[in-house]
Amino acid sequence: MDFGPHLLLAILEGAVGAAVLALTALGLSLVFGVMRVVNVAHGEFFMLGAVVAWFIASPIAGHPAIGFVAALALAPLVAGAIAVVVDRFVLKEVEYDPEATIVGTIGVLYIIQQSALMIYGPEARPVEPPFNHRIALPWFEWGETGLEFYYPWGLSTTSYKLFVIVAAIGILLAFWVIMSRTRLGLIMRATQLDRETALAFGIPVQRVYSIVFGFGAALAALAAVLIVPIQQAHYLMGHDPLLLSFIVVIIGGLGSVRGTVVAALLIGMSDGIISVFLSPTLSKILATLLVALVLVFRPQGLYGKKMA
Amino acid sequence: MTLRLDAINTGYGQVQILFDLSLEARPGEILCLLGRNGAGKTTTLKAIMGLLPLKSGSISLEGQSISDLPPHLVPKQGIAYVPQGRRLFTELTVAENIEVGLMTRGKSAQTRERVLSMFPRLRDRLDQRAETLSGGEQQMLATARALCLEPSVLLLDEPTEGLQPSMIALIADTVRAMRDEGKAVILVEQRIEAVLSLADRVAFIENGHGREVVETSVLREDPSLLQKYVGI
Repeated sequence: MDFGPHLLLAILEGAVGAAVLALTALGLSLVFGVMRVVNVAHGEFFMLGAVVAWFIASPIAGHPAIGFVAALALAPLVAGAIAVVVDRFVLKEVEYDPEATIVGTIGVLYIIQQSALMIYGPEARPVEPPFNHRIALPWFEWGETGLEFYYPWGLSTTSYKLFVIVAAIGILLAFWVIMSRTRLGLIMRATQLDRETALAFGIPVQRVYSIVFGFGAALAALAAVLIVPIQQAHYLMGHDPLLLSFIVVIIGGLGSVRGTVVAALLIGMSDGIISVFLSPTLSKILATLLVALVLVFRPQGLYGKKMA
Repeated sequence: MTLRLDAINTGYGQVQILFDLSLEARPGEILCLLGRNGAGKTTTLKAIMGLLPLKSGSISLEGQSISDLPPHLVPKQGIAYVPQGRRLFTELTVAENIEVGLMTRGKSAQTRERVLSMFPRLRDRLDQRAETLSGGEQQMLATARALCLEPSVLLLDEPTEGLQPSMIALIADTVRAMRDEGKAVILVEQRIEAVLSLADRVAFIENGHGREVVETSVLREDPSLLQKYVGI
């Protein structure tokens, strides 16, 4: 394949990765922003989303879309509910102390991961996509008669991948509407800005924390349900999303929604493109290097605020 | 409604700040807390709001204990707080800050109108982020946000700190208006002339202990207590 079509293909793959990464990282960023705690188990909620999606979708007979839609609706709820339990019995118990929370969520990480291994097993299993048409993409070149379109061999994507991108954009917009236009969003933002004053104005901060932690986990699970028809569900699949989410959240600026989305695009796209042309390992190396550079030259991240 | 603090002991973690402090704030009256830096004035207000756990003692509003409520339910009883340094939700707009105040006790657009008519300058700035306001406007917003609760008890922690004289006068007028509406007002204030002109009674606090509580007229005649507890 020529360079041009090859690049288009890489960009499409990168966009799918960026879309899923944006949702996952947004969950981590929301939790950090509002609760000021680092959730090391975030990747496991992603994995839970995929594994639960398989449990929901696989026994449902009939058209694959039925199982997929059921998984899309239920898997984030299951992951969110488990997160609420974790909030109540782990985070609240250590009073949201930043260091204790890191250690506590490391424990949660292993509990969820090993439970998945015992219940779900070590296999990687796919969830059937609701639809999956191959779409050949045209490319152009300057021929004797001017601009000519043709379909290069191998340049194609699937309707499902395009759906993932569109769905992620839709979810991001819905998230933005919830945060900026609803009462729940106002309460979450007020809690994020000043916990004590929020309490003094009747905001039940403890309940807000539970909701935020559940919401963050549900976003990761939602991202996983979207990707599981492409990637398969596996009990160790939470590692990469966790690492990449941290990278995105640090580059974007802790707690900044806009920064998270921009950084997810940057990292997701470059991860996709570099993986196609060079190697996936190199793309991780570059992403981590970028984090190091951001931490040295702009510690607050692209859109983060300087800590006073 | 009468707010009563009965021999409360509290502080931050292991560090005890208040020792058996008792106070009473009566409706239609401005009670001023006076004492040196670190005496425990702000701590007293935070304890009332339930933001600090009591080691012992109790706080009650019209006979009903509020000190065993979870902190977020205290403001719902009608106690509004204007914290030191304003503590606005800086990245929220003026309108959103007011909305948070209204949500506290489910007050309607009518309350919002009333509060905005007290501070017309806020009405011109509704879509501006709170952090972009001037110091005086920020204090107006902090006060407006508290008044959105239609409180029966109003706690103000150094509301005139760092403000220009015209703004101080506006805040003082607002505090008087609240008293005349029958609210119980507790004011922490450092400037003696403001205390003498605003307060009905003054409660002295020294190293976390409640000392004399006197009518302001007594202090005007005989400033020796001021000398003793504030050093002026």
